Amino acid sequence: MNYGIIKRTLGWLLLFETVFFCVPVVTALVYREQEVYHFLFTMLGTAALGGLCLIGKPKSDKIFAKEGMVITAASWIFLSLFGAIPLYTSRCYPTYIDALFETVSGFTTTGASVLASDVVAALPKCILIWRTFTHWIGGMGVLVFIMVFLPLCGGGRNINIMKAESPGPSVGKLLPKMRSTARVLYLIYASLTALQFILLVFDMPVFDAINAVFATAGTGGFSIKADGFAGYSTYTQIVVTVFMALFSINFASYFFILRGKFKEAFSTEVRVFLTIVVSAITLITIDLCITDVMSIGGAIKHSAFSVSSIISTTGFTTENFDTWPSFSKTILVLCMFIGACAGSTGGGIKVSRLVIAGKGVHHETQRLLHPKRIKKITLDGKVVEHEVVRGVNNFLIAFISIFVLSLLLISLDGKDLITNFTAVAATINNVGPGLGVVSPAGHFGGFSILSKIVFIFDMLIGRLEIFPMLLLFAPATWRK
Amino acid sequence: MNIIIIGCGRVGRTLAKKLNEDGNAVTVIDSDAENVKRVTDRYDVMGIVGNGATHTIQQEAGIESADLMIAVTGSDELNLLCCMVAKKASDCQTIARVKNPEYSGDAPYLKDELGLAMVINPEYAAAEEIARVLRFPFAVKIEPFAKGKVELIKFKLPKGNEIIGMSVKEVVMKYNSDLLICTIERDEESYIANGDFVFEEKDVISIVSTPKNAYEFFANIKCKGHTIKNALIVGGGVITQYLCGILEKSHVALTVIEKDLKRCEELSTLFGKVKVIHGDGTDHDLLLEEGVGKSGAFVSLSDSDEENVLLSLFAKGEGCNKTVTKVNRTDYDSVLSQLELDASVCPRVITSDTILRYVRATKNAVGSNVETLYNIIPGQVEAAEFIVRENSPIIGKPLHKLKFKKDVLIASITRDKETIVPRGNDSIEAGDLVVVVSKHIGLYDIADVLK
Repeated sequence: MNYGIIKRTLGWLLLFETVFFCVPVVTALVYREQEVYHFLFTMLGTAALGGLCLIGKPKSDKIFAKEGMVITAASWIFLSLFGAIPLYTSRCYPTYIDALFETVSGFTTTGASVLASDVVAALPKCILIWRTFTHWIGGMGVLVFIMVFLPLCGGGRNINIMKAESPGPSVGKLLPKMRSTARVLYLIYASLTALQFILLVFDMPVFDAINAVFATAGTGGFSIKADGFAGYSTYTQIVVTVFMALFSINFASYFFILRGKFKEAFSTEVRVFLTIVVSAITLITIDLCITDVMSIGGAIKHSAFSVSSIISTTGFTTENFDTWPSFSKTILVLCMFIGACAGSTGGGIKVSRLVIAGKGVHHETQRLLHPKRIKKITLDGKVVEHEVVRGVNNFLIAFISIFVLSLLLISLDGKDLITNFTAVAATINNVGPGLGVVSPAGHFGGFSILSKIVFIFDMLIGRLEIFPMLLLFAPATWRK
Repeated sequence: MNIIIIGCGRVGRTLAKKLNEDGNAVTVIDSDAENVKRVTDRYDVMGIVGNGATHTIQQEAGIESADLMIAVTGSDELNLLCCMVAKKASDCQTIARVKNPEYSGDAPYLKDELGLAMVINPEYAAAEEIARVLRFPFAVKIEPFAKGKVELIKFKLPKGNEIIGMSVKEVVMKYNSDLLICTIERDEESYIANGDFVFEEKDVISIVSTPKNAYEFFANIKCKGHTIKNALIVGGGVITQYLCGILEKSHVALTVIEKDLKRCEELSTLFGKVKVIHGDGTDHDLLLEEGVGKSGAFVSLSDSDEENVLLSLFAKGEGCNKTVTKVNRTDYDSVLSQLELDASVCPRVITSDTILRYVRATKNAVGSNVETLYNIIPGQVEAAEFIVRENSPIIGKPLHKLKFKKDVLIASITRDKETIVPRGNDSIEAGDLVVVVSKHIGLYDIADVLK
């Protein structure tokens, strides 16, 4: 294990977090809020500690896959631990664990809150913007963000960090150089964010627009209003619906579109994703109309918003879907698990994984018919390497195991099964709201400390796609 | 520069590493996913799996915006095809590795007619280097400079030589030689020679000089065996064939030991003067029978690195003065340097060095006036060749009046077909070809050597 590089990366991370804190600090200064001191004191701490970590040069700048994973997992934990300090010291959150839950929920773009939505709406503006800004940073990945500015380790080994931080079964570069790849990703990200801001700022106050944009871009879901997006105009709701879906499409597609390669842009994954979105909206609309919950116009609007919000794992709401018929709710819960495309800011299992797993099952049935048949799984005309298929299968098994274990631990609180099941699903898939107690009208505040810690881990595990977190806590990683 | 490398074998990997370190945007293509992964996991390059000779794959790699395409797959035909396809798709420069002697004879034709920027034949380049080393048995490595008028010669100071304990100044005074002592490598450290530097045993010294002066110098410091009359070569592969071709007309008598009878017959038909022995080159008795200890040089060119190293050590033990060892893998260079081997050649390194030199020179041609660049000691000491421009601040003044940076040497000045190793009173004029040896990696202009 290359401790030197790990230490240095954490140092840079803390310095960058110091810079990130400038966003709430500026907000606090604009709105003349007292909480500015809590951010300033935390900044002093992160700057000092970060600087301390940068003293001394690492012996070697070589890292391997294991260091890449450990660095990523440790970075996200440190980022959250320090990011939670101002929330706690400002007494906006009752305990440090609550503050940590909220920050992890922010960075992992989950959007689940321990506070009731009317309490959230009354929070100081600097706290509100820090919550949504963590979504924006966490969406594309903080280490990828740092890589835009400086190489974290030697040679091409930065790819190990990107692989650990970026979602998807196989992470590749868009351009030969890591730094240009990171730059292009953030350029696309920032441009889409800016575009959405321009579209929204006409229709809502600037502060609301900024928060809405940060939370949509990262597919996070923290809302600053007690009623979520229900109070905004239909225009705003439509813009947000479209952008939630846009941010859950593989960013490589946008890169291909920029290069005029439309065929590559509409890959199998994107096509499957769009098909799922359209079918889910159609089915829920029909269900809502048949059961007379609402008229056809409202049904289309609300089902589109909810499906886009849930499958992109954002978690914004215009309607409390917990009151919808069972069929609609089930589709939404399934959408939580499917999640967004690989290489986007969304969470969940990812469409590409499900496509590969589905093809694997199909192949297995074929193999039973013709045992000696040799056939490789292909995606977009390219062979999916055995290693990737194995990775997908292992991911699914690990995902289910962690899900079940979490469910078991949460059930100690004595809440009903629907609440527990959807609460774990909403955190591990980085969605935010679930059903029952954690429905859009409820919150996570009622769970015990133990359950909150479990949720914190689930969110991190979901965002970093399991293995970096498992590796960080595996004893074998640290054995000499 | 945007560079595409097709083929991720040894040469492809080395090139990807070095070109990436030089700051180029590199994309590699190979039909084997494992090979691609090995490169992309270690270096900051993009990998594409597929046949590099197809237009689709080349397009995926961004051939339209590429400045250079290097084809170094195992197959000559594929490499040439890659270049032709690339040439049609964009106006990038192309480099192909061509091993087969039948094709490489056509190199000039290929370059002209197919528009290739460079045709590199690793085996031929290796044979050339071995031939150079055999001409100067004292040297570990020889690199031609200033279009061959000056050579950079690296040699290891043997035990008990008379210049041990003398300083650079004393050596130059005593032998009155017209050459420049550039760098000294000692215990993995490198030093730029200044006048007071004292030589020690086993120092690896690099000198810049004309071949004639270097020859005199080696005679003066009484280095044994400064001419080679005969050489024993183990292994009759392609390099041996080229080497025979190069040395056939020289005074060196060659003996080749080869296992394969058919190959022996081929070689003996091709080169009537070469003594071709059919037998196992690793056979201890056969080697003794052919007089391994008495031959002027021993060259081991079999396919196995281990065998080559072992045979060279054996030859050395039997009293052979000069051994040349072919080593394909360079990962364990540090182990090799501890052994008593004289010179080792690695076709892969020669190939990648040659291509790198070309890339650097073309790259530099844009922003600076470096003609060629050589790594004397990789990553530590570089030799750069400059053409001096009219308005350069360096011209017209005697060298001793100029204020140079630390660790900079003006190694040679070539003016109107004449090359001198400059002394303090010499000056540089516009149009001169100047070789600068320095520890400052990445000089862009001759003026950069001044404080």
